[in-house]
Amino acid sequence: MGYHWNWGVFLARVPSGETSYLGWMLSGLETTLALSLSASIIALVMGSVMGVLRTVPNRWLSGIAALYVEVFRNIPLLVQLFIWYFVLPELLPSGIGNAYKQMHPLLQQFAAAMVCLGLFTGARVCEQVRSGINSLPRGQKYAGLALGFTLPQTYRYVLLPMAFRIIVPPLTSEFLNIFKNSAVASTIGLLELAAQGRQLVDYTAQPYESFIAVTLTFMLLNAVIMGLMHRLEAKTRVPGYIGGGT
Amino acid sequence: MISIRNVSKHYGSFQVLADCRAEVEKGEVIVVCGPSGSGKSTLIKCVNGLEPFQDGEIVVNGISVGDPKTDLSKLRAQVGMVFQNFELFPHMSITDNLAIAQIKVLGRSREEAVGRGLKLLERVGLSAQAEKFPGQLSGGQQQRVAIARALSMDPICMLFDEPTSALDPEMVKEVLDVMVGLAEEGMTMMVVTHEMGFARRVANRVIFMDQGRIVEDAAKEAFFGTPRSERAQQFLSKILQH
Ligand SMILES: Nc1ncnc2c1ncn2[C@@H]1O[C@H](COP(=O)(O)OP(=O)(O)OP(=O)(O)O)[C@@H](O)[C@H]1O
Ligand SMILES: [Mg+2]
Repeated sequence: MGYHWNWGVFLARVPSGETSYLGWMLSGLETTLALSLSASIIALVMGSVMGVLRTVPNRWLSGIAALYVEVFRNIPLLVQLFIWYFVLPELLPSGIGNAYKQMHPLLQQFAAAMVCLGLFTGARVCEQVRSGINSLPRGQKYAGLALGFTLPQTYRYVLLPMAFRIIVPPLTSEFLNIFKNSAVASTIGLLELAAQGRQLVDYTAQPYESFIAVTLTFMLLNAVIMGLMHRLEAKTRVPGYIGGGT
Repeated sequence: MISIRNVSKHYGSFQVLADCRAEVEKGEVIVVCGPSGSGKSTLIKCVNGLEPFQDGEIVVNGISVGDPKTDLSKLRAQVGMVFQNFELFPHMSITDNLAIAQIKVLGRSREEAVGRGLKLLERVGLSAQAEKFPGQLSGGQQQRVAIARALSMDPICMLFDEPTSALDPEMVKEVLDVMVGLAEEGMTMMVVTHEMGFARRVANRVIFMDQGRIVEDAAKEAFFGTPRSERAQQFLSKILQH
C-alpha cells in the first residue's frame, strides 16, 4: 500500500486561501450541530404535541396525529428532503415562495433540512410519547381528573412527567439518529460535516484522514449526547419507582 | 347528596349498567358490593363523570353529571375519590401529592396547601413520611396518603373503589380505620368493598349489584339479616366463609 499519510493536511490552506481545511471541518461541524439541535427542538415539540393528541379521547385530533405519523414515518427521509427543498417552494403561495427563494442559498438549504429532519424525527418521537403515555396505569389519568384537574392539567402534571421519564432511553436514540441523519442534507448541497469531509477528499486526495476525522467526530458527538442523556435520566429518577404499569 | 336515576350504560351491545337507581343522603355511608364484573367500579365512576353513561341521570349536590353544560372538573374537585391501586403520582413527594391539586385547582397558596396537606397527613398517621415518594411507602401507607389527598380538597362526599383489595391483609385494618373515622365524622361516602366488617360497622345501607343491575338496596340490618335476592344470599355466604 503506497498510501501517503499526511495528518498535516488539516492545517493546509484551502485553494481560496481564506481558511485551512481544519476550518472547513469545523464549519461543517458547526452546521451539523446547528442543524441537529434545531431539528431536535422541532422534533421534540412536534412529537410531544402529536404524541399527546394521539392519546386524547377525540377522534379528529387523534386522527390528525395518526396521519402525521403515517406520512412522515413512511416516506424515505431523502425523498422528504427533496420534496421540502425542490418541490415545496414551487407549491407555496407566490409571496412566501419568492421570499424563500430570495433567501441566501445556504439558508434555504438549512431551513429545508431543519424542517425535514425535525418533522421526520417528530413522527418517531410522537410514537415514543404515545407509548410512554399508554404505558402508565389507566388509573393515573382517572386520579388526576378525579382531583378536579382538567384534561390538559392532567397531562401536564400527572401523565407527561412520568411518560417523558419512561421514554428517555428511546428518545436518546432518536437524538443520535438526528445527528446521523443530518448527513443527508449534503445531498442538497448543505456543507455539514460529512460534506466538508468529502470536499476535503476532492481537493487533497487524503481520504483516510478525512473520513477518520469525520467518523471520530460523529463518535464523539454520540458519546456526548449519551452522557448528557444519562445525566438527565439520573437527575429525573423517581425515588422508589419500579417502572411499568399495572 | 347523590342521586342516581335510571342510569344505563353499554359498551356496544354489552350492558354494563342497567337501569340503576340509588339515593345517598348527606352523611350516609353506602356500601356497594357484588361479584366481579357486576359494574360496581363503572357505577361509582359514573358518579363523578369519569365514565360517561347513555341513559338516565346522576345528580350530585344539585348538579347534573351527565349534562354537557356541567363543568365536570369543578364538580370532581368537590368529590373525593380513592382507587384500588392508590394512584398517587409517583414523581412527586408525598407533600406535593397532597398539595398540587389544592394549588392548581383550588388556587390555594403553596403554604396553605402544604399546611393543609400536612395536617391531613398527621391525621392518617404518616407525618414522618412527608418528604418521601410514593414508591418508598407500603401499600397501606400509600392508600392512607391517597385518602388524605382526596380530603385535602375538602370534598362534600367521598367515593371509594375497593380501597383495600390491593393490600396485603395486615395493611387492610390501617386503611379501614381511617375510613371508619371519616364515616363517624359524618362524611357522605359511597364505598365499593367486600369488607363486610366495615359494612356492618358503619354502613347505613348496602347495595348489591349483579350483571349491571342493582339487585338489592337495603338497610344494613335487613341486608345482613335476610337478603331478599338469592344472588345476594349466595354472594354473602361465599364471602363470609373466610
Ligand atoms: N372499556 C370497556 N369496554 C368494554 N367492556 C368494559 C370496559 N370496561 C369495563 N367493561 C366491562 O364492564 C363490566 C363491569 O366492569 P366493572 O369494572 O365496573 O366491574 P366491577 O364490578 O368493578 O368488577 P371488579 O370487582 O372486578 O372490580 C365488566 O364485565 C367489564 O368487563
Ligand atoms: Mg371494580
